[in-house]
Amino acid sequence: MKLPKVTFWRIVIAAITILGLYYTFIRYTKGLGAVTNLSNKYPWGLWVGFDVVTGVGLAAGAFIIALTVYIFRIDDYKPILRPAILTGFLGYSLVAVGLLYDLGKWFDVWHPIVFWNPHSVMFEVAWCVMLYLTVLGLEFSTVVFERLKMHRLNHLIHIMIIPLSILGVILSTLHQSSLGSLFLIVPTKLYALWYSPYLPLFFFISAVSVGLAMVTMESFLSMRFLGKGIELNLLNGLARVNVLVMAFYLTLKTLDLAGRGVLGDIMSTRFESIMFDIETLVQVVIPFLLLLIPAVRTSAKGLFVTSLFIVIGFIMNRLDVAITGVEASSGTTYFPAFGEIMISVFLVTMGFLAFAFAAKYFNVFVHVKEKEEGPVEIIHDV
Amino acid sequence: MAKMGILIDINKCIGCGACEKACKMRNDLPVDLENNLSATAYTVVQERLPNTYVRRMCMHCENPTCVSVCPVGAFTKTAAGPVIYDKGKCIGCRYCMYSCPFSVPKYQWDRVVPYIQKCYLCADRVAEGSEPACTAACPTGASIFGERDTLIEEAQKRIKDNPDKYVDHIYGLHEVGGTSVLYISSVPFEKLGEPFNINLPDKPLPMYTWAALEKVPTIVVVGGVVLTGIWWITSRRDEVKKFEIKHKEKKKLTGKGDKP
Repeated sequence: MKLPKVTFWRIVIAAITILGLYYTFIRYTKGLGAVTNLSNKYPWGLWVGFDVVTGVGLAAGAFIIALTVYIFRIDDYKPILRPAILTGFLGYSLVAVGLLYDLGKWFDVWHPIVFWNPHSVMFEVAWCVMLYLTVLGLEFSTVVFERLKMHRLNHLIHIMIIPLSILGVILSTLHQSSLGSLFLIVPTKLYALWYSPYLPLFFFISAVSVGLAMVTMESFLSMRFLGKGIELNLLNGLARVNVLVMAFYLTLKTLDLAGRGVLGDIMSTRFESIMFDIETLVQVVIPFLLLLIPAVRTSAKGLFVTSLFIVIGFIMNRLDVAITGVEASSGTTYFPAFGEIMISVFLVTMGFLAFAFAAKYFNVFVHVKEKEEGPVEIIHDV
Repeated sequence: MAKMGILIDINKCIGCGACEKACKMRNDLPVDLENNLSATAYTVVQERLPNTYVRRMCMHCENPTCVSVCPVGAFTKTAAGPVIYDKGKCIGCRYCMYSCPFSVPKYQWDRVVPYIQKCYLCADRVAEGSEPACTAACPTGASIFGERDTLIEEAQKRIKDNPDKYVDHIYGLHEVGGTSVLYISSVPFEKLGEPFNINLPDKPLPMYTWAALEKVPTIVVVGGVVLTGIWWITSRRDEVKKFEIKHKEKKKLTGKGDKP
């Protein structure tokens, strides 16, 4: 047997895995209090804010590309479909795993299936995420069936793919916006710059923006590390759509702040105002301006950097809404414990590894050129 | 059944802690008195200003936030007034803690299988026609139990009879749609801290999320129709395109159709 070569990244991954497993053990044998900095005054922290609320948003690329390819039938984007769906499937799976860490009674995670409360936003999100994870699993299963040469099952998915995609788009629209609705219940706790009756709309639009950025980033990283990626002109198309999405977001945000009479608050030196400003600059303003420059829009590096801005800004936004924005009213302060951070890092690392594994062993990156070869086309249509 | 409640008269509270002890005895909780509400203290008396004591407990809202946010419906507002918790249903998401406008639900952070803990207004005793342990123990009548409507009348009477001793505000009468636990005081409520938050709207908080949730069926139906419609148009367009290409090829092959 050949031993794997020791490289810097392998050591890092091994260290993360060991720490991740250690804190997993502590969490499940000693309880939430032993690993997290959560308290009665601060019941939601990094695992809700990042692993769940942010994670779902980062996986939004799948439904946008499925919509583009299956419903709008813009065939040019077919090469992006599989990586986007894979990211979506892995992203939502990680959200599910993250929930198993965060839920106090994680073994009762299935309860929303039998105990209903239609008045709860969380109930709706739970159902949407469950159903959409199934949809993504089915959408990705075609890649697995193809690899295993199970043509009949593959054909079955092929028949269902349009209704599945329509269902996927509806479910995504619902829960991406509902993650914002979660915070409508805390009008006096959440800082005024973030609390808005339009939170669901902001969450949805920013999820679309970050979904497009994530697809671009993945493609760049895959090209770099796996030698497989997506053509630049397609990513350029996504970037142009994103310019419009961000312009829409920024306009609505400004109107909303002005309408609620808190626009002046962005000039304040309060901690929240500064966080809000940084978040908005990184998430929208800077990438928007960058993408207006043709040289940025048409270079792989330029697109990667802008996407990185959007993704980081998006993460900041979700953490601000879920964590920073309620700090002042909580009467205490919160910063995630080392164990909390390690679990999140561990989950993200597992996600990257799973993506690399899938990209290596399955036909995830299919190139446009192959489309012209007769027999392959059947596979592509699925 | 008549809706019951508790009236807490801050002017009458001497901070003896009898209610806390009674509550702990009733619920088999560790007897040492605590400073804040916790998983082992469903009610506490806190000295907020010199000689001014505020007793904290679940407000038992008329339209409770916890009941609305819980994804599995683990909370119920009973007809008699108490908001009760079903620990079997609970999954431990802590959305109730995050959203409660009075920060009442507390958690067993140190347990492997943790539950939410909070005052349940001794719902079992109330159902038997008796009163909660805390009000039964109160030596000064600072906490009294009764029908909510009667308690409101009593509170109004006390304010009217002694306008110099009370601020003209029954806290809990209208806040977030009203609560079963009511407070009256000589000190303006905004100076006393939790649970008194004068920024709270009179509108029940569940209505804020319902405004978004009620749109779900519309999004499903409209989304389904629009997306299917778009798909139908695009697929039809592709069929036509394919047909045209085929037709042209045919023409080329047979040489027919070209202008003579």
